[in-house]
Amino acid sequence: MAERILTRNFHLPESHTLRVYRETGGYEGLSDVLAMAPATIIETVKRSNLRGLGGAGFPTGVKWGFIPKGHQGPVYLVINADEGEPGTFKDRYLLEKDPHGLIEGMIVSAHAIGSRLAFVYVRGEYVQPWRIFSRAVQEAYDAGFLGKSILGSGVDLDVVVHRGAGAYICGEETGLISSLEGKKGWPKLKPPFPAVRGAFGAPTIVNNVETICHVPHIVQRGASWFAALGTAGQGGTRMYSVSGRVARPGVYELPVSVTLRSLISEHAGGIANGRRLKAVVPGGSSAPILTADEIDVTMDVDGLKNAGTMAGSAGVIVMDESVSIPEALMIVARFYAHESCGQCTPCRESTGWIYKMTRRIVEGRGRKEELDTILDVARRGAGTTICAFYDGAVGPYISYIEKFRDEFEALIPK
Amino acid sequence: MPKLTIDGREVEVPAGTNLIEAARRLGIEVPYYCYHPGLSIAGQCRLCMVDVGNSPRPQIACNTLAADGMVVRTETPKVLETRQSVMEFHLINHPLDCPVCDQAGECWLQIYYMKHGLYEPRMVDEKVHKPKAVPLGPHVILDAERCILCSRCVRFCDEITGTGELGIFQRGDHSEIGLFPGKELANPYSANVVDICPVGALTDRDFRFAVRVWYLETAKSVCPGCSRGCNIEVHYNLRRPHHNQGHRVARLKPRENPEVNQWWICDAGRYGGKFVDDASRLLFPTRGRENAAREVGWDEMVPLVAARLRDYRPDEIGVLASPRMANEDLFVLKRLVEHLGIANVDFRVPPGRPGDEDRILIKADKNPNTRGAELIGLAPRAGGLDARGMLRAARERRLKGLWVFHHDLLASAWPGSEIREALRALDWFIFQGSNANGISPDADVLLPSATWVEREGTFTNFEGRVQRFWKAVEPPGASLSDWEILARIGDALGLGAVPGRAEDSFKSLAAGVPAFAGLSYRELGDFGKEAATA
Ligand SMILES: Cc1cc2nc3c(=O)[nH]c(=O)nc-3n(C[C@H](O)[C@H](O)[C@H](O)COP(=O)(O)O)c2cc1C
Ligand code: SF4
Ligand code: SF4
Repeated sequence: MAERILTRNFHLPESHTLRVYRETGGYEGLSDVLAMAPATIIETVKRSNLRGLGGAGFPTGVKWGFIPKGHQGPVYLVINADEGEPGTFKDRYLLEKDPHGLIEGMIVSAHAIGSRLAFVYVRGEYVQPWRIFSRAVQEAYDAGFLGKSILGSGVDLDVVVHRGAGAYICGEETGLISSLEGKKGWPKLKPPFPAVRGAFGAPTIVNNVETICHVPHIVQRGASWFAALGTAGQGGTRMYSVSGRVARPGVYELPVSVTLRSLISEHAGGIANGRRLKAVVPGGSSAPILTADEIDVTMDVDGLKNAGTMAGSAGVIVMDESVSIPEALMIVARFYAHESCGQCTPCRESTGWIYKMTRRIVEGRGRKEELDTILDVARRGAGTTICAFYDGAVGPYISYIEKFRDEFEALIPK
Repeated sequence: MPKLTIDGREVEVPAGTNLIEAARRLGIEVPYYCYHPGLSIAGQCRLCMVDVGNSPRPQIACNTLAADGMVVRTETPKVLETRQSVMEFHLINHPLDCPVCDQAGECWLQIYYMKHGLYEPRMVDEKVHKPKAVPLGPHVILDAERCILCSRCVRFCDEITGTGELGIFQRGDHSEIGLFPGKELANPYSANVVDICPVGALTDRDFRFAVRVWYLETAKSVCPGCSRGCNIEVHYNLRRPHHNQGHRVARLKPRENPEVNQWWICDAGRYGGKFVDDASRLLFPTRGRENAAREVGWDEMVPLVAARLRDYRPDEIGVLASPRMANEDLFVLKRLVEHLGIANVDFRVPPGRPGDEDRILIKADKNPNTRGAELIGLAPRAGGLDARGMLRAARERRLKGLWVFHHDLLASAWPGSEIREALRALDWFIFQGSNANGISPDADVLLPSATWVEREGTFTNFEGRVQRFWKAVEPPGASLSDWEILARIGDALGLGAVPGRAEDSFKSLAAGVPAFAGLSYRELGDFGKEAATA
């Protein structure tokens, strides 16, 4: 069994408390890290090959480097705990089982980017995680890990915990920023990118919960240690949320070099009820689907990209032979039609239209030409929108139909 | 200044120019819905996509700034395909109710479908339904099904008026424009959202169903509603005279002038032109009051007025000019009173209620040409009485004859009893104006004036900008422009030649009034020029 980093304490009953966190070595190296030069920390994170674990897989250290040099005025760190991607449920475990790990990660990351105020945007439905995390923030303030001059280092950090109101789009980083600013959660035009002009007009770094939880380990144990855990393009482990027709669904922390086959058949106990694997969505609902023959791929960003799909949020949705792919697409299409923020035309209009077409097909009222219409509409709209939501919807639209066309055609009256 | 290439042609534009505006300079039209030069960039409609350099995907032109050496292509197959798809997306849930839609004929869905759409429809499912015919306020009504969610109206209320009445509610294809709870779209500029709405979602409650837009003709003009002098277009209908209850002027629309009103006008100005086709218009020269009133021709009327002006001593006569008159009118009047030696001349009458004013466009002075009257010099001449002094002198029988232009003195800040008493004490009272008002029934001579849309001329706004307005429709009945009436009377009194055309009239004004020196009628152009007001 490979070493677990983020989930190492999950088995301890009181792992969410400051007491247990400190007993297991938490906050121990913090004083030394706060004495380090911010540029050194950024450099270490760059060399570690840590890639964003929220969905886009962008190199974290590189993103931090986009904050304008010599910027005067506030810089914000925003933690994306919206966890809305269907099939993804890892951040909630981090918030519930290791909230101080996230807080320590925020302290180190905020120090690196020069932020003295950090926000944590928690998915609205995550009531329990929010409670636990908020309590941990209070504990950290009381113990002097947050607030003015943390541990006498001269480094300040305040943390604001903000709850979302139940929209998938508020997980997209600029939609999140709009929502945080008190506006409707509409994604913003880029440029400007948040690192230049983000929340409240200030340079802002948005990172996923899991990404930030890795940071203290990287800084304390070194970039090469972390890089060596993974592949050439991505360092470390990550938490795979495995759901669907497996024997042991759950969260598995594994090196990103693990293969999809091993994740399903070894770690998650194989397909349940002795059925056969049909298809897997490897990175949350927006990732293009893989067939049962396509699972000999490593689960890092590049490995899945080369396989024509994406690592996304590492939400692995497993479908066995009893699953109807057209029905699965209809459900996914309903989700995207429901969650499109409605701001830009191709996404607003075509997500609804494609859902209506898939529904008719499933109900046996599809038209012969309609599979091609869906493909054409999806291809034409791809890459024309404000945010990546629509490209995320296009992933399943196209891949489900291309890879399982027979199943769709069988439902369409001759 | 960045120099870039668009469709193979080079253009140099000021830094900060976006690609829509840069292309426009070359006469290349990049289609768009949500972009508006007066509002922030929303980037929502996705229609303005163009190819930029080697970028693998088209970029939105509205949010891309021109950069030195940039190579832009607006007609590549990918761009054309994207435009076509965006048109299809805009229309799949649209009700396609053009035959009953007031926007038809000036709708950007129609225009762009013909230019950039022309696809075979493939959407067969039930469309999304939304509220229809929802009044948003006194002037604007919404059909949410026709709305393409460009958010221009929302941005207008957020950014221009700062009143924030409108929002987009719900998500996805259920998104809809609406009012925030408890709000009404009743700000003083509310109807501008109708102008900027590219489709038939927001229509004008006053104009809708009045005339089909393809029967309308337009004339450039200036709003006479206050001293700002917002540039407008007069939209009038002569081809279907039975439409719109016979009213010729169908609507007033803002006309862009970056120096004066940008793209906007206020609602008071927009709906302030109703007097043109109103039943209260004075149509024929008339002598005598009430039952004795008799319509006469100008050939009878002009000598009558001339005789009155000749037969009384100048100090027995008062002339109350109006800041609603054009510069040309005021100049002839000034020459006439000087010729006759009349010193009791004024143009100022305080309004009964002080006018409202704001920091956007609206000015408290509800007259279009106060500055012109000041510059031309219609104030009391040496030893002469001002307006109120004239009324007092009339009551005291020192003043025997009064010639009032346009003013309704009963709507002034002065006591009505004083005014009535003064008017009744006069030997004669000439009222010249376009419409009957509170005091016109007291006049024993009525001289019917053309309104500003029935003639041409210039107004000088509060900043001293001299702006032209053009003729849209003919003066009704025997009415004439104030300047022509004055010229005829002046002629009868030996004033000498009065120019026969507005342009000549302006030329003599420019020659005769220092502030206007050097201005030429033609060079005023569409946007006007500053008089030397210093
Ligand atoms: C539609 C959409 C939804 C997203 N939802 C989430 C989310 O719930 N959590 C998250 O961390 N990132 C989400 N992302 C990715 C974020 O935009 C952003 O890339 C990420 O938070 C950056 O953090 P990272 O670099 O640490 O991954 C979403 C992206 C899109 C397009
Ligand atoms: S792509 Fe979809 S979710 Fe993203 S901004 Fe456009 S409408 Fe909103
Ligand atoms: S009502 Fe008109 S201006 Fe407002 S969003 Fe809809 S289409 Fe745009």
